Amino acid sequence: MTGVPPTIAMQTMRRARRARREVTARIVIPVVVIGVFIVGAIVIPMLYNFDPLHTELLARLKAPGSTLSDGSFAVFGTDQVGQDLFAQMAMGARVSLTVGISTLLVAGVLGVILGLLAGHFGGWVDGVLMRIADVQLAFPAILLAILLASVLGSSLWNVIVVISITNWVVFARVTRSQVLTLRSREYVEAARTLGASHWHIIFRTLLPGCIAPILVVATVEFGHVVLLEAALSFLGVGVPLGVPSLGSTIHNGTAYLGTAWWISTLPGIALAILVLATGILGDALRDRFDPKLRSA
Amino acid sequence: MLGYTIRRVLLAVFVLWGVVTVVFIIVRLVPADPALLIAGQDATADQVAALRHQMGLDQPLIVQYLGYIGGAVTGNFGESYTQHVPAMQLVAQVLPNTALLAVLACALALIVSFPLGLLAALRVNRASDRTVTTLSLFTQSLPGFWVGVVLMLVFSQALRWLPSSGLNSPNALILPVITVALPFIAILTRMTRSGLLEVVGEGYITTARAKGLSERVVIFTHATRNAMIPVITVVGLEFGTLLGGAVITETVFSFPGVGRLMVTSILARDYNLVQACVMIIAAAFVVVNLIVDLLYGYLDPRVRLAK
Repeated sequence: MTGVPPTIAMQTMRRARRARREVTARIVIPVVVIGVFIVGAIVIPMLYNFDPLHTELLARLKAPGSTLSDGSFAVFGTDQVGQDLFAQMAMGARVSLTVGISTLLVAGVLGVILGLLAGHFGGWVDGVLMRIADVQLAFPAILLAILLASVLGSSLWNVIVVISITNWVVFARVTRSQVLTLRSREYVEAARTLGASHWHIIFRTLLPGCIAPILVVATVEFGHVVLLEAALSFLGVGVPLGVPSLGSTIHNGTAYLGTAWWISTLPGIALAILVLATGILGDALRDRFDPKLRSA
Repeated sequence: MLGYTIRRVLLAVFVLWGVVTVVFIIVRLVPADPALLIAGQDATADQVAALRHQMGLDQPLIVQYLGYIGGAVTGNFGESYTQHVPAMQLVAQVLPNTALLAVLACALALIVSFPLGLLAALRVNRASDRTVTTLSLFTQSLPGFWVGVVLMLVFSQALRWLPSSGLNSPNALILPVITVALPFIAILTRMTRSGLLEVVGEGYITTARAKGLSERVVIFTHATRNAMIPVITVVGLEFGTLLGGAVITETVFSFPGVGRLMVTSILARDYNLVQACVMIIAAAFVVVNLIVDLLYGYLDPRVRLAK
């Protein structure tokens, strides 16, 4: 059998296997990165006995890789009050992950259900929901968030509520526009003709066709949510003082751009890696679970 | 199409009314008494009461609301508490700067993203597609305000090529425009690519190819038209993000625009000024979305005829 040129079928099989392996890598690597973030966010502040209010003036503004007077090694340097930047970033990652996951659950579930209802029923249900969405969208998310946060006062829970309020609309709109294109497809018409219940049509015929765009949106939105929290904290209307967020750490560093570049730069890189990992994961999931998009 | 247009315009008016109402409600949630804020800590109770009367804060809520709506229609949001001139006048002074920032950023984003998305979709899964997709994902993951800080660090602090703040020369626009446009470029590129890929699998594209049309005609007249629908939706949806990005970017670069004015007036608790800023940004956004909706109906007859 050796020496026989590979058949077209064999080539196709080989290509398909390679594509599959590649998608697997694009799922596994981001999952590992996100896993590292989660474990790090939980464990590192404990290892460092992190206290956000502690100040150590002798050890302030030390460059990355310095050994401090108490013998500890500051791998990412220290900030303007002498706190270890690495531990502070791990604490900030806790805030980012908590806000990101909570908000996505609240806003995603709410938005998808309302989008399905609006798209399927049309008429006044659609009218009312989409007008609420329009009014809501007439505020740029950050604007509504700043306005609400400044009125409500800063707390972690308020940040989650505020960002969820600003975020459900995106899910609702995307789901609805997908439903609008799906509802006239033959298989949906067929289900309707056969007398399927609203429940069946919405959750068994329409929802599966919406999953791919929702996944992509959820990916993008996780990034948005994490970045929005950081932006609010950067502006000083996000999480309260004493809860170190990556955004507030970046803001603190802007006063020391000339002397201590690392305070602003490193937390931004950490934030970008987290958001990038979820983005790559979302893309890979779409490729794996939406064969139509992959083959195209 | 005329009926559709009228319906959309009426809806835009309704949305603006909703925005005015929501802002009224949110600002009335503020625990602090505006009269107390203006009068200051040392004012006597009588002075505060007189000021409350003068400002109409002792009227029933419904009267305040109606007066407020009347003011909003004529663009009158009262005086700024801190600067004692009409709030709208302060906003109007800086509005052109923000408009310039947003329009330049939007134009830059559209010009850069369309060819990138097209390139990626036409060479799907090849090296050029990989590069574009990875780069756009990477760009989208960068926090906007952080990009601003880093650009400032490199181009103003280290290289001293461009000014780091203010708006005293056209050069001062370069860094803010890039900061605002970057995430927008990334999103639009992704949407153009996925929109095209979605459409290319459709039957009418196969038909067009089977008819023997050239690939150029198939892609540019048959595919792009439908592929642009999600892109246009996203331009409308994300225009708010762009304005929001402008708010933060203006703060980072001390750029004299509506966003920075709003943030400073929130911190100073100057709520009349806050309302004027919010209303202007919201109104700009409503108008853009109205245009998007009309385009949407024009491009996809199914949407216009659905109701």
